[in-house]
Amino acid sequence: MSEAAAIQKNASDEEQVKSAQSETILYVDGVSVTFDGFRALNNLSFYVEPGELRAIIGPNGAGKTTMMDIITGKTRPDTGDVLFKSEIDLTKLDEAEIANLGIGRKFQKPTVFESHTVFDNLLLACSGGRGVFQALFHRLSDAEKIKIEKTLVTIMLEDKRDEMAANLSHGQKQWLEIGMLLMQEPELLLVDEPVAGMTDSETEETAKLLRSISKEYSVVVVEHDMEFVRDLDCKVTVLHEGSVLAEGRLDHVQKDPRVIEVYLGR
Amino acid sequence: MTDYRQKYQMTPVIGWLLKDRGGMILLGILIAAAILVPASNLLLPESSAFHVPTWMVSLLGKYLCYALLALSVDLIWGFCGILSLGHGAFFALGGYAMGMYLMRQIGDRGVYGDPILPDFMVFLNWQELPWYWHGFDMFWFAIVMAMFVPGLLAFVFGFLAFRSRVTGVYLSIITQAMTYALLLAFFRNDMGFGGNNGLTDFKDLLGYSLQSDGTRAGLFVASCVFLGICYTVARGITQSRLGKVLIAIRDAESRVRFTGYRVEYYKLFVFTVSAVMAGIAGALYVPQVGIINPGEFAPALSIEIVIWVAVGGRGTLYGAVLGAFIVNYAKTFFTGAMPDFWLFFLGGLFIAVTLFLPKGVIGAVPAFGSADRQSLFTTWRKRRANEGGKA
Ligand SMILES: Nc1ncnc2c1ncn2[C@@H]1O[C@H](COP(=O)(O)OP(=O)(O)OP(=O)(O)O)[C@@H](O)[C@H]1O
Ligand SMILES: [Mg+2]
Repeated sequence: MSEAAAIQKNASDEEQVKSAQSETILYVDGVSVTFDGFRALNNLSFYVEPGELRAIIGPNGAGKTTMMDIITGKTRPDTGDVLFKSEIDLTKLDEAEIANLGIGRKFQKPTVFESHTVFDNLLLACSGGRGVFQALFHRLSDAEKIKIEKTLVTIMLEDKRDEMAANLSHGQKQWLEIGMLLMQEPELLLVDEPVAGMTDSETEETAKLLRSISKEYSVVVVEHDMEFVRDLDCKVTVLHEGSVLAEGRLDHVQKDPRVIEVYLGR
Repeated sequence: MTDYRQKYQMTPVIGWLLKDRGGMILLGILIAAAILVPASNLLLPESSAFHVPTWMVSLLGKYLCYALLALSVDLIWGFCGILSLGHGAFFALGGYAMGMYLMRQIGDRGVYGDPILPDFMVFLNWQELPWYWHGFDMFWFAIVMAMFVPGLLAFVFGFLAFRSRVTGVYLSIITQAMTYALLLAFFRNDMGFGGNNGLTDFKDLLGYSLQSDGTRAGLFVASCVFLGICYTVARGITQSRLGKVLIAIRDAESRVRFTGYRVEYYKLFVFTVSAVMAGIAGALYVPQVGIINPGEFAPALSIEIVIWVAVGGRGTLYGAVLGAFIVNYAKTFFTGAMPDFWLFFLGGLFIAVTLFLPKGVIGAVPAFGSADRQSLFTTWRKRRANEGGKA
């Protein structure tokens, strides 16, 4: 290859990367993390487009939660890039900054504020001033009230408004947590195992809920439940030992022999 | 300006005071005590059955200071989960600020008759006042320092600890270390705070003799007033959205972070406010007991404060006040009647409360604990129903 051709190739490579970046809401490239010598993520790369609904599956310990930890600033990667909206480097920011940029996260273990009412849980998540003194002198506005009521309907908890979050069922807590994400008005939602511990009908409702949410936001869902992933009807990324094993429609992925071997076949 | 106030502060204040039964009772008792106790001490003859002797006025005043200290601990522990085992340090620093003022008030009436230098400095052969003793001849300055110094220490300490995300047991341990370090420092004569004797032999405050009944009654009233004010401030904080964030931090700190709040700033705010309250308590305490020495920094005393709060009932504010009164009354009784048994009793009390009254004495009163009782009852019923279903 001549020198000129090599330069040209480099340039076109760069362009490709650039165009890939400019279309993504989330750009994860070559990310590796090691915990005490154990590689939880190994050169992980994947890209999410704006408005996309993406499911991520993979066996236990594949690194799904760790990937979310990286995106939300809880864990720092050893190497690799994580960009939000193609330009903001998430590896330099902390949890609160990333949340305020518009990335909401639901934990694997549902985490709500147990000694607050459902209403207050949503109020605390409501987008807007996060400063100490703003909070001290804050008074509930009509706009906030309306927004909370709307979310209560969306997450099917309107009659639990004044119930303590501690008294909700497991599935209802999952919904409340999703509702709290919506109140943050994020652009990207990361949802870790939203249907764990749900009944079949709740699972169906949740799939419906996430599909409708994904009309407005970009959503990344981590899940084990195959029926649920099928219901989501979206592109699937299979993780295994910290890197991407396969990507595509569920039917396509399910036929991949490597995927069958590590995950689906068992 | 008035409009702003009315809109943002006055209405909610009245609103949440009315909702707060325990707080209303507390404020009512404080107002009544602030009127009746001094009146019966000063106006009724000693022979009257309703006469409150002066020693009792001072004893109650001392309890009020402890109550304020307990309130400050409950504000951070009960509402934000910060278990400080070093709050005695903020209390003592407030006390030292007041003590320095009272030392300067002695003037040339000390044993050595030096118009400027306190006795212990003359004794150490010091020629002039250390720089940090300047200004303490002014009452307002001492009061400001009684709040500022504990507040500043809490701010710096909290900034370092919360930013590094030190929580739980580790935080408790370093607060103990903090108060212990101050204990050692204040024991040293060359620190300029009177070494292990501390500051004492006070004569008067704002020109009024500390021995007179009137001054003691005045200090008692001041203690009632400041406890009332601090209660109202603390209640206001806990009822605001900020207070809800604090409770959220207590229950699920990382959730709060991922919701976009800077947890460390919230903790820093409430920790500093709490330290200022502890400082005020110390400043009110010293003129009523007549001495401040490094013993107040003892780690064990800071642990005792936490026991007051646990006994009264954590997370209610008024429970902390009640707990401070109960435990300190018991302490006064025991150290008089059976001094050897006090520590056993305190330990036993703490264990008993933890096992049988996890919500403290307040939680056992039906009128205050009713909501929780009901939920306890419902969970019990649910569990019964589940067991029934399985069988
Ligand atoms: N903080 C940590 N320290 C050490 N090891 C960790 C840490 N976090 C995760 N790991 C390890 O990294 C691997 C990936 O964990 P991760 O939680 O990301 O898996 P996952 O795909 O979410 O699995 P699951 O389906 O069980 O939730 C696991 O083997 C886990 O033990
Ligand atoms: Mg996981």
